[in-house]
Amino acid sequence: MQDSSTTTPETLVTADGVPLKQKLIQSTRRARLRALLLTLPLVIFIIVSFMIPIGQMLLRSVHNDTASSVLPNFAVAIQDWDEQGLPPEETIKLFVLDMQDARKKREIGRTVGNLATRINYEIPGSRSLFTSSSRKLARVTEGPYTEALLDINKKWDDPVLWSSLKRATNDLTPYFYLAALDMKYDDEGNITEADELYQIYVSNFWKTLRLSATITFICLLLAFPVSYLLSTLPLKTSNLLMILVLLPFWTSLLVRTTAWIAILQTEGIINDILVFIGLVGEDGRVQMIYNQTGTIIAMVHILLPFMILPLFSVMKTIPPSYMRAASSMGAKTFTAFRRVYFPLTLPGIAAGTLLVFILAIGYYITPALVGGEDGLLISNLIAYHIQKSLNWSLGAALGTLLLAIVLILYWLYNKIVGIEKLSFG
Amino acid sequence: MTKLQTGYIIFAVLTALVLLLTGSIAVTIGFVFLFGTPLFFMKPLPAYSTYLNYFNKYIFLLVCTFIFVFLITPILIIMPLSFNAEPYFTFTEGMLSFDPAAYSFRWYQDIFFNGMIDPAATGAAWWSDMWNNAQWVRSTRNSFFIAICSTLLATGLGTLAALGLSRAEMPYRAAITSLLISPMIVPLVITATGMFFFYSDVGLAKTYLGVILAHTTLGIPFVIITVTATLSGFDRSLIRAAENLGADGWTTFRKVIMPLILPGMISGALFAFITSFDEVVAVLFIADVEQRTIPRQMFSGIREQISPTILAVATVMVILSIILLGVLELLRRRTERLRGLTPA
Repeated sequence: MQDSSTTTPETLVTADGVPLKQKLIQSTRRARLRALLLTLPLVIFIIVSFMIPIGQMLLRSVHNDTASSVLPNFAVAIQDWDEQGLPPEETIKLFVLDMQDARKKREIGRTVGNLATRINYEIPGSRSLFTSSSRKLARVTEGPYTEALLDINKKWDDPVLWSSLKRATNDLTPYFYLAALDMKYDDEGNITEADELYQIYVSNFWKTLRLSATITFICLLLAFPVSYLLSTLPLKTSNLLMILVLLPFWTSLLVRTTAWIAILQTEGIINDILVFIGLVGEDGRVQMIYNQTGTIIAMVHILLPFMILPLFSVMKTIPPSYMRAASSMGAKTFTAFRRVYFPLTLPGIAAGTLLVFILAIGYYITPALVGGEDGLLISNLIAYHIQKSLNWSLGAALGTLLLAIVLILYWLYNKIVGIEKLSFG
Repeated sequence: MTKLQTGYIIFAVLTALVLLLTGSIAVTIGFVFLFGTPLFFMKPLPAYSTYLNYFNKYIFLLVCTFIFVFLITPILIIMPLSFNAEPYFTFTEGMLSFDPAAYSFRWYQDIFFNGMIDPAATGAAWWSDMWNNAQWVRSTRNSFFIAICSTLLATGLGTLAALGLSRAEMPYRAAITSLLISPMIVPLVITATGMFFFYSDVGLAKTYLGVILAHTTLGIPFVIITVTATLSGFDRSLIRAAENLGADGWTTFRKVIMPLILPGMISGALFAFITSFDEVVAVLFIADVEQRTIPRQMFSGIREQISPTILAVATVMVILSIILLGVLELLRRRTERLRGLTPA
């Protein structure tokens, strides 16, 4: 036995004569491939049903072909214009012909109205110029087109209008990001702050961040004692009390929002109690819903379990003897808490805080139902642009900015907590 | 204004105190009655405890009780409210004095009657009218159909992927896991907007298939998380033992792996089901009137014609979630029992 093992020291071979090392590499590769293949269907599914739609939406925020599809020939010609004075007669002729064409065809999404809306984003109030001129342009049959256009409306004399047309007919545009950041092009084509009246998005982002931070903080404040209690109780009792946390977690979001409406509205339960006790008069009912207060209360209630569960699972692993050890060495309760217990709960705090913040920042339903005007978050503005104002590119740009914030937080979460640590109940 | 705010603050403090005191006493007494044993905090603290320790402990427990009350009250309060005889969202005087006339089942009837052409009809005509035309019945059917289909899809694909992800050889595990979990993290409005554009382009918008695919995507992270969690405690030597005894891959999966991860699969499926059942943003963007689900119906109900019918539906849904919670708890116990049998 000793003999055979010493005669072939380095080339260990398997039964079929392949060196063992090579065989091992082969079989690991096969195992890796098999594992990868198992995940492949789902990865493909997620890419098709989730990544591509989102990628497409991101593209929409910088790509808008409304203007160039209404004015296809003009769109090419105007790009050579040097933005001095008016565009040449030849270019304006193409503009008039394209406008007449669009009016005649009336294709959905490619009408003069669509073009007017698009330019109106950049020059508020220019809408009527396009729609009224379009009607009159139908009668123009021969040149000189520049004069004909100026006859219809003196406003066409403005180079600012033409340079915004030049920008708009360029499919790739940073305009919607500028708009989402409350900026615009000024008359010289430089980027400046938008008019005060239109500066709503940045402040809304700040409001969303502020509200999310408030909600997260209140959640942490409420979750900490509860998780501590749950983690120190005997298993049987804590399982029972856990139901009080898990039942809200499992109850429909809309049910909980409805409940808060019933409790908080001016004709609701709290106000009824207030009136009954006599603290406020019948006409002095407190407005607690359809404003920021309503959003905060309802969202704290909805997100609280997401804070309690990770905190609880971390606190459960902290041995109670640590606190006893600290106090036996002379630490006061508070010192022992601050120096020993609190640092140990930090992973749970990080996990819960990030999770609640991420969820709060993108919330839509609850603010839409109980937020009124003042409790709306950025998600509601995005939905407004997608569903009501139909300024899809601006909605997409706002969405991209929100997504960027969330992804940074998600990356942080992954880095600090690790996504595989996430669990429910 | 200032007068009102002072009143409000005083009221808030008073309510908090009242709730704290009544709540904690109720919990204590309830425990003694229900379980026959005094609650833990009635047990004496260690002999070296000072009065301050006792005081702190009681304050702490009061605060916790208050938070529990905050968590559970909204869910419990809608139940009595849904039996209101009046079309109000609050307790009437009759309800507070326990006048039987102030309570009624009318909002539960309304679940069936709302949208029916002829609620007075009898026999088969009534049933088919109810089944086909009642708005809430329609949306319930939609909700169940969409939720069941997307749960099956999400559980199947998710379990397969989780099996791959939990293998030691899995390459790019972190990247793929974060990709598969991301539908849970990305704000719903963004996901729904993207899907709205994409599904409109490929003709899936305003179809059942579109909604099902969207809900499958949203449910997958939950399946992945729960099934990988179950698999992480899985003893891999069992697979080798099965193979050693001559089982092929499929038999090993069916006879060894599957029974052990089944609780995880079912709880993942329940999560996927409730995600779909509760989801409204994607439905708002992708679905048409024909695919209206219960949450969608509630959403427009709250916005447009707020009536206690919503509270009745909400009560039914709370009962549904209590059942789900119970099933989940049973599964958790089963997993623990199975774990106990396998060598750690």
